[in-house]
Amino acid sequence: MSMDLDAPVPMSGLQEQPVSATILCCNCGAAIDGTTSAGALCQDCVRLTIDVSQGIQRDGVLHACRDCERWLQPPTSWVVAALESKELLAVCLRRLRGLSKVRIIDASFIWTEPHSRRIKVKITIQQEAFQGTIIQQTFEVEFVVASQQCPDCQKSFTHNTWRASVQVRQKVPHKRTFLYLEQLILKNGAHKDTVNIKEAKDGLDFYFASRSHAEKMHEFLASVVPCKMKKSQELISMDTHTSVKSYKFTFSVELIPICKDDLVALPIKLARQLGNISPLTLCHRIGSSVSLIDPTSLQTAEIPANIYWRSPFKNLADITELKEFIVLDIEPVGQSNGRYFLAEATVARASDLGSNQNQYFVRTHLGGILHVGDSALGYFISGTVFNNDNFEAIEASGQYSSTIPDVVLVKKHYARKKKPKNRAWRLRRMAREYEEEAAAGAVQTSRRQEQEQNRLEADYEMFLRDIEEDHEMRQALDLYKTRNKPQAMGEADEMDEDEGSDDEVPKINMDELLDNFDELNMEDGE
Amino acid sequence: MAVRAQFENSNEVGVFSLLTNSYAVVAVGASENFYSVFEAELQDVIPICHATIAGTRLVGRLAVGNKNGLLVPTTTTDQELQHLRNTLPDSVKIQRIEERLSALGNVICCNDHVALVHPDLERETEEILADVLGVEVFRQTVADNVLTGSYMALSNQGGIVHPKTSVRDQDELSSLLQVPLVAGSVNRGSSVVGAGMVVNDWLAITGLDTTATELSVIESVFRLGEMAPGGASAGVNKESIVESFY
Repeated sequence: MSMDLDAPVPMSGLQEQPVSATILCCNCGAAIDGTTSAGALCQDCVRLTIDVSQGIQRDGVLHACRDCERWLQPPTSWVVAALESKELLAVCLRRLRGLSKVRIIDASFIWTEPHSRRIKVKITIQQEAFQGTIIQQTFEVEFVVASQQCPDCQKSFTHNTWRASVQVRQKVPHKRTFLYLEQLILKNGAHKDTVNIKEAKDGLDFYFASRSHAEKMHEFLASVVPCKMKKSQELISMDTHTSVKSYKFTFSVELIPICKDDLVALPIKLARQLGNISPLTLCHRIGSSVSLIDPTSLQTAEIPANIYWRSPFKNLADITELKEFIVLDIEPVGQSNGRYFLAEATVARASDLGSNQNQYFVRTHLGGILHVGDSALGYFISGTVFNNDNFEAIEASGQYSSTIPDVVLVKKHYARKKKPKNRAWRLRRMAREYEEEAAAGAVQTSRRQEQEQNRLEADYEMFLRDIEEDHEMRQALDLYKTRNKPQAMGEADEMDEDEGSDDEVPKINMDELLDNFDELNMEDGE
Repeated sequence: MAVRAQFENSNEVGVFSLLTNSYAVVAVGASENFYSVFEAELQDVIPICHATIAGTRLVGRLAVGNKNGLLVPTTTTDQELQHLRNTLPDSVKIQRIEERLSALGNVICCNDHVALVHPDLERETEEILADVLGVEVFRQTVADNVLTGSYMALSNQGGIVHPKTSVRDQDELSSLLQVPLVAGSVNRGSSVVGAGMVVNDWLAITGLDTTATELSVIESVFRLGEMAPGGASAGVNKESIVESFY
């Protein structure tokens, strides 16, 4: 019960002090001014005993992807941020739990060695400790940088991550359609969503991460060429509890096997439906439908894709079977249809010159561009055996058998060098993967590859010539100026002197060309 | 002397108990620990009443009293009132009053001679206060707080007020009360000194968190230890004991 008394607090003394201390600090007993103090604590005790950063983590883990150097922002997003950048600071501050309850005054990085895999952040916070007392405190937080591969990189490092593929096929012996398609795709940016593009036999495979992208690609193809689509799906996995299934989708897109400048023997019934056109026609354009022209009458016809696929037919002859003819005499008839002018011409095969006197009389739609002495390419029908039912039907019919011409001229032939090196323009190419042919032996493979390469180059050259000759086709494509080329060069100077006839080779006006494209991720076109 | 105690993990002992020079009222709690503290100090000295007021345990905040009387709010039931009358000595006048500010312990702070009350307290209450408790009534605030009962602990020996009370206010209150006053805190810096402790002329009971510094301020301002019951004799005893040690 009895205890020693503390010395009585000198109250009168306290009140007389100039600092006007009115209370004792409840923690240490120091005399302080109660009207201005924080609670009943002196400043030292406030500093010692109150921690407003309590509950805020002092260390943390940041996840960074080693490959793309992005930072994980939980739960799932990955952000690009340089070291000591404000984006990274935002990522760091968001990782700290409890920081939302206080007011952040300042935050900054403390420099650390990048390879130390540590990031230090200095944070200044304020919080109300007592009523009317705000305490500001500065502390450091250390983050350990841990590696974690982001889903995007995981995907890129894993094979077969595609969800849907579009297999585009055209069963023709050359690649012109695909070269043309490639340019259309590049111009329209239809390849943006592809995961991968692979070249396969008779076509291309486009791989996509989602089905909708593949459907978009298919819609694009349907809008530029007549094609037929077949969809199939393969079950990859199924969760038996939730019935959640994952599939791989494959869209097999078959392009119409008829190309520009192909000779087409229409089924007679179809020819009658198409305005009673003569069944032996030339294909002069492929758009969303097939445009045919009868060279002997300039009558044109369009076959929409759906009508074509109702009863598909093959072409009678393609451009690999073109023969060279020399125009001996030409006389316009006076009839015209668009850029085509009907003319009657006498031609002889270039190979026959000097050996025999065979001449052929033809009606041609090229009256506007052919002159006496020009050479032209055409199909030599009377000297060819076609194994084609439609053609046989034409030969057998009483109405049309007499109208089959000996020769059908297709286009003017320009004599040029084998490989002109000084084109003022070029095209963009898509980067793609070539399918390996593993089965063949090393020597054989290299020979086959060489052949393949030669054929590809020939196809590409032919495609470039087509572009030069066909103004209409050029409109749909993007052509670029070649760099390192004096642009002011006169068009006449541009031509080679070694062959005189090169003067007439059609050239592309500089105004049509686009400036150089960014070569960061594109292969050179030439 | 000053004792630390806790009522069911709460340091606010002034909420759950009322201590005067002639009786004590303690709330009915789940355990008897708190009551035991009072019993240990006050047994055979003054009666200790186990009670509730208006069905709550907040006896210290709802009721106010001194050695002369006890005022309870209008919400007190007849049964509770009867129990208080039965337990407390007959000399203590008990009255139930109709007052809008029904937490009488919060709005009234008194010793046996003077009372400081909330400025908005009804005049009728003020008169009853003067009659029943036998005190002089002043309408006052403590450090701009109207709840004088919450922010001030008072005995006949001294008083402790809200820590933010300025020196001038302390002087003014001190001259009204005619007892020394000091600003201070209880329960490790809590400014609600009225609710954090109970005090009479020889005993103070504070919350368990009260620091030694706070306790020493309380003991010195209330002059505890000097004025133990039996007063002078205890002092003499103590001195003789201390002398015998040397």
